[in-house]
Amino acid sequence: MNRDKETCELEKLPTGIKGLDLTSYGGLPKGRTTLVSGTVGSGKTILAVQFLAGGIKDAGERGVFVTCEETPTDIRTNMLSLGWDIQQWEDEGKWAFVDASRYPGTEAIENGPYDLGAFLARIEHAVAKLGATRVSVDSLGAIFSQFSDAGTVRRELFRIAVALKRLGVTAVMTTERTEEYGDIARHGVEEFVADNVVLMRNVLDQEKRRRTIEVLKLRGTGHQSGEWPFTVLPAKGIVIVPLSAIEATRKSSTVRVTSGNAELDAMCSGGFFRDFIILVSGATGTGKTLIVTHFVGTAAATGERCLLYAFEENHEQLLRNANGWGVDLEKLEKAGNLRIVCAYPESAGLERHFLSIRDAVEEFKPTRIAVDSLSALEHVATDKSFREFIVGLTLFIKHHGITGMFTSTTPMLMGGMSATEAHVSTIADSIILLRYAEMFGEVRRGLAVLKMRGSTHDKNIREIQVDGMGMHIGRPFQGITGILSGRPRHISRDQIDRASSPSTQEELARTP
Amino acid sequence: MSRYVLKLYVTGQTPKSQAAIVNLRRICQEQLAGEHELIIIDVLEQPQLAEDDKILATPTLVKQLPLPSRRTIGDLSDKEKVLLGLDLRAWDPQSMGVER
Repeated sequence: MNRDKETCELEKLPTGIKGLDLTSYGGLPKGRTTLVSGTVGSGKTILAVQFLAGGIKDAGERGVFVTCEETPTDIRTNMLSLGWDIQQWEDEGKWAFVDASRYPGTEAIENGPYDLGAFLARIEHAVAKLGATRVSVDSLGAIFSQFSDAGTVRRELFRIAVALKRLGVTAVMTTERTEEYGDIARHGVEEFVADNVVLMRNVLDQEKRRRTIEVLKLRGTGHQSGEWPFTVLPAKGIVIVPLSAIEATRKSSTVRVTSGNAELDAMCSGGFFRDFIILVSGATGTGKTLIVTHFVGTAAATGERCLLYAFEENHEQLLRNANGWGVDLEKLEKAGNLRIVCAYPESAGLERHFLSIRDAVEEFKPTRIAVDSLSALEHVATDKSFREFIVGLTLFIKHHGITGMFTSTTPMLMGGMSATEAHVSTIADSIILLRYAEMFGEVRRGLAVLKMRGSTHDKNIREIQVDGMGMHIGRPFQGITGILSGRPRHISRDQIDRASSPSTQEELARTP
Repeated sequence: MSRYVLKLYVTGQTPKSQAAIVNLRRICQEQLAGEHELIIIDVLEQPQLAEDDKILATPTLVKQLPLPSRRTIGDLSDKEKVLLGLDLRAWDPQSMGVER
């Protein structure tokens, strides 16, 4: 007996779904059956097809697809839109259907005891004929609907599960659930394929559809827990957004990079660190897009690659505004150092926005990324999804060691917190606040560096001026307090002196 | 040519399959008096035929001719239901299993 072999991790088979391989630490247990349970429209069939497609495309493995619900013709047609040409795989001997779907005229009169021996024989035959190592059965519930004796069907499906194990194939069986958070599956099927369970959900939360996948258990082996959001993309199928699965391990950088504005660099004791996530918060019109323009414009002009995601303005507006500040973004774009992506927040779900940013980063390989504004995406999804999105995005950016700048629009003109700030502030390495301040009947704008990890920074709230050359940071505000809280109040010279005098405390203590 | 073409899908030598063969042969003898062709198919030996006919359960009796094609599953122990499946009884779902 080999002891090493006993303690050895179960061998796993990549599923063809990258994110699922990540959360299951390598894929589904080889040679075993995994139950995939979900409500109607949760994506079970796509997963079942993708499991075989992944085997064919990535591992040269052949697969048998047992369809009990849709006809093979329907599946061939439906999956073409996801980029899987099943017909071609069938012609090449890589894919075979076992068609157990219902046809008109095949309803049977039940007369005495029966078993599903023919069904099992057909599956075994297809596996043997093709030399298949993967089998998908979609779905078990549809078999129950074809026979009146649920007990027989359950016993026979158990027999099929045992037979699949004996054949040494790795199988996925899908089954229905009636509730998103309830029993694992209908008909008690989890009793015979309970080794490995994956749950798929399609939850309606605050009028937003949220699709998630969860590895509930993989017997004898580890996996990450919790629900993972996913989306279905053309030519890709199921794409899981591996939010916090991204490893947070990275080296801290000590290299300083410019914010794009010399005066702001000076406030930050020499600029940001290379791997910083910077949050720029302010009301509309306080200069967030201006800071972003400097952030990407200055760097791109020195040959850095910068990626700008704009969710509030369109391309023309961005270029025009930047021109007004003396920054020629169009030239930088043409030189290939800058890429601007403008998107409407509502054009896609958060998962798709995340994947779009991820793909752009992996393809363009920028050293800086700016998202203007992140808060524009707040209303696309629920608060929970939004938080996951922000955590995922920041981890992803940090993982790649690039400098990231997010802007956040505060809901009120004079300050206050938005959901974006609540979620980002602890993750952000640096926070820059932009605030309006009313002084003697005039609206002025102020800037403060609130946080600067690993470095000292200027604690003053300084007034900013904007002209044709961009932003200029001036002197600290004097004789005014309460700008940060959104309630500016003038104070006299005398009060300031008293507050900063060392004897103030003693004086106060002596006062009766 | 036989008026009736019947196919009976079975799994090897299981009791259910054997019972179905015996029951069907007896009924055919009594009711069809040689005017039939009975093909017995063992799915373990000829799985492709089961695939072509999309058979799941065994035993399955397929009345291929005369049309319409009808299917009965089980060991065929209820003679009346077999006759129903062979269209030798009026097709009325209410009468399923009812003695006449």
